Amino acid sequence: MQTLSANSVYKSRQQTLSGIFSLRSTSFYIAVIAGVCLLLADIEIISPSPWQEFKAMGQGLMSPHIVSYTELFNGVANTLSFALQGMAVAVVAGFFLALAYRHWWVRGFCAFIRAIHELFWALIFIQCFGLSPLTGLLAIALPYAGTLAKVYGELFEETPPQPRANLPNSKSLSTFFYTTLPLAWPALSHYTRYRFECALRSTVVLGFVGLPTLGFYLETALSEGLYREAAGLLYVLLLLIVSQRWWFRKALLPVYLLVAVVCLPPSASFNWQTMTQFFTEDIIPQPLRTASGDGIGSWLVFLWQQQLWPGLFNTLVLSQIALFFTALLALLAFPFSSPLFVGPLVRGGSAGLLVIARTLPEYLLAFVALLLWGPSMLPAIVALALHNGAIITHLIAGFSKQISLRDDASKGVNRYAYEVLPRLYRQFLAILFYRWEVILRESAILGILGIATLGFYIDSAFEEFRFDRAALLILASALLNMAVDTLARYLRRRLHLVTTADIR
Amino acid sequence: MKKPVPVKAPVFSLLNAQLVYEGRVVLDNICLSIAPGERVALVGKSGVGKSTLLAALREQQSNSVAWCPQQHGLVPMLSVYHNIYMGGLHRHNTLYNLLNLIKPLSRPLREVAALAKQLQLSESFHARVEQLSGGQSQRVAIGRALYQQQAVFLGDEPVSAVDDYQAQQLLTLILEKHETLVLALHDVEQALRFCDRIIGLKEGAIVLDAPSSTLKANDLVELYS
Repeated sequence: MQTLSANSVYKSRQQTLSGIFSLRSTSFYIAVIAGVCLLLADIEIISPSPWQEFKAMGQGLMSPHIVSYTELFNGVANTLSFALQGMAVAVVAGFFLALAYRHWWVRGFCAFIRAIHELFWALIFIQCFGLSPLTGLLAIALPYAGTLAKVYGELFEETPPQPRANLPNSKSLSTFFYTTLPLAWPALSHYTRYRFECALRSTVVLGFVGLPTLGFYLETALSEGLYREAAGLLYVLLLLIVSQRWWFRKALLPVYLLVAVVCLPPSASFNWQTMTQFFTEDIIPQPLRTASGDGIGSWLVFLWQQQLWPGLFNTLVLSQIALFFTALLALLAFPFSSPLFVGPLVRGGSAGLLVIARTLPEYLLAFVALLLWGPSMLPAIVALALHNGAIITHLIAGFSKQISLRDDASKGVNRYAYEVLPRLYRQFLAILFYRWEVILRESAILGILGIATLGFYIDSAFEEFRFDRAALLILASALLNMAVDTLARYLRRRLHLVTTADIR
Repeated sequence: MKKPVPVKAPVFSLLNAQLVYEGRVVLDNICLSIAPGERVALVGKSGVGKSTLLAALREQQSNSVAWCPQQHGLVPMLSVYHNIYMGGLHRHNTLYNLLNLIKPLSRPLREVAALAKQLQLSESFHARVEQLSGGQSQRVAIGRALYQQQAVFLGDEPVSAVDDYQAQQLLTLILEKHETLVLALHDVEQALRFCDRIIGLKEGAIVLDAPSSTLKANDLVELYS
């Protein structure tokens, strides 16, 4: 029973007003911070002849070519196998972690393992297990288990409480399996499916550091300028992900998994000695390995001045610019995918473009853009904005389909500004904040391509076998991600933004 | 010499209780004692605090009463069978319950099927609860409470969504299977017919507490004015 007194109506009005203002000021700050960052960023085009390269790529896309079908088969099989096995482990681990998600230390542990990007995990595991299937499996399984635990845990919390409250023993495990789990199941399986698509993308990207997935062959072809072959692989990759809805069947999963484990058992040749040495000695800051511990101060100062500070600074600058352009792109592009603004022909065309931008991982897009424009922040900004912008556009356009306008509603730009955008802006910001953490993680990672974010220094440290530096830098990137995740969650709550499973 | 009446320990007792719903005091200074074997009907206008009172009673014995709330809280994606079986989860270990969730086990299947027959749910026994009508869902909720197999039944408008004939059948069934009952009922005739003690609530207090044999339907009209 609800009775709305005049006072409460007034109050809710006030809340709405202050809500609008804080949405406005939040958007304003996002733009201002991005503007300042643009002044600080290095975004020149370094490449001598970008147009020529562009032409060559275009020609390659027009005439794709597959050199070796054995290679292609191996690449596809490895990609699928890594993704399936990694996800299987992640789903099981994530589920059990989610059961204990109310403990702060479980939440902290999950936040930590997902704050380290799968590529960084891969770089770590390569030191222990080499370029082996086990490395690929663990690099996917670990961060994904952290993410799945968080989402599963939240989904369990969001289920209606009555069914379990009505039973005698509402906290027992049996009650959980009969009430909470079935209630959360539809959202849970929907999200897991989406996550599998992400795992496919991540596995492809692992190829860029040497694991034998499609990404490995793509990187080889692209770096050697063999654009026709790269185009062939690219089309296969697109087909693989887009066709997922037809071949990714629940009933077939056990079969797929069995084949994956038989074809590519998660093995590795390693000796305990190197591994123990890696974790107990190599990652300890060098000055601390001697008994006296002399020089740790200067070691830290050096690392801070030469790597940590510039890495953090550039990661933040890049992510803020990318965040702004992601938002801008989504706001400009979504009318072209919404039935409120355009006809089916335009919608079909823009849906096609969106699928491509959503399907290709940021890392791959950045790699291609880097070939065009040379190593500055520009390729990274374009790649991040394209991929994330396409995801947000897709979701917002979906939301806009639920709006029913009155018959005499205005048209064109007026409709956009007065009718549609105000209705969608809250959801738009909610999704943008979810993507913020992703953009930041990716900004750090793109450093491996030669942009001076954290990933650049981490990759260099691994190349120089200075694992102590790498460990500290990875730790810093994890802490940065956790900080931004916390801030984003705070802002979402503060602005009363919707948090549903659909947009995670 | 008068033979002393044996005094049984009450199932529920409230002494000067203040009952709160969503931060608002709904019932104040409530004194109430319900002995084993009593069949009590709570009557009064909607919003008067019947549900709050029932919830307070349940809190006193939450693990030994069959609970049939107004908000059924069924699990829509599970079958009628599984929703009724849920009432008996506490009688089995987790592994048994899990196996039964994956594939119904024969013993509980037999028991629940018999219960479903009495509730006239046999035809939709394996249907998902989300496919049922309001009246059918209510019968599933009753089934879940019956399958808790307790001596005490607390029901909040347990038969509000079915027709009068069916309501009478269901109340008879509930009465058969429980020794002590407390039911919130909006139908005064049903209250008088099936219960032997009527408790009337009005404006935050118990204004009537009498054996139903001493009352007529007209005596209760006052509660609703």
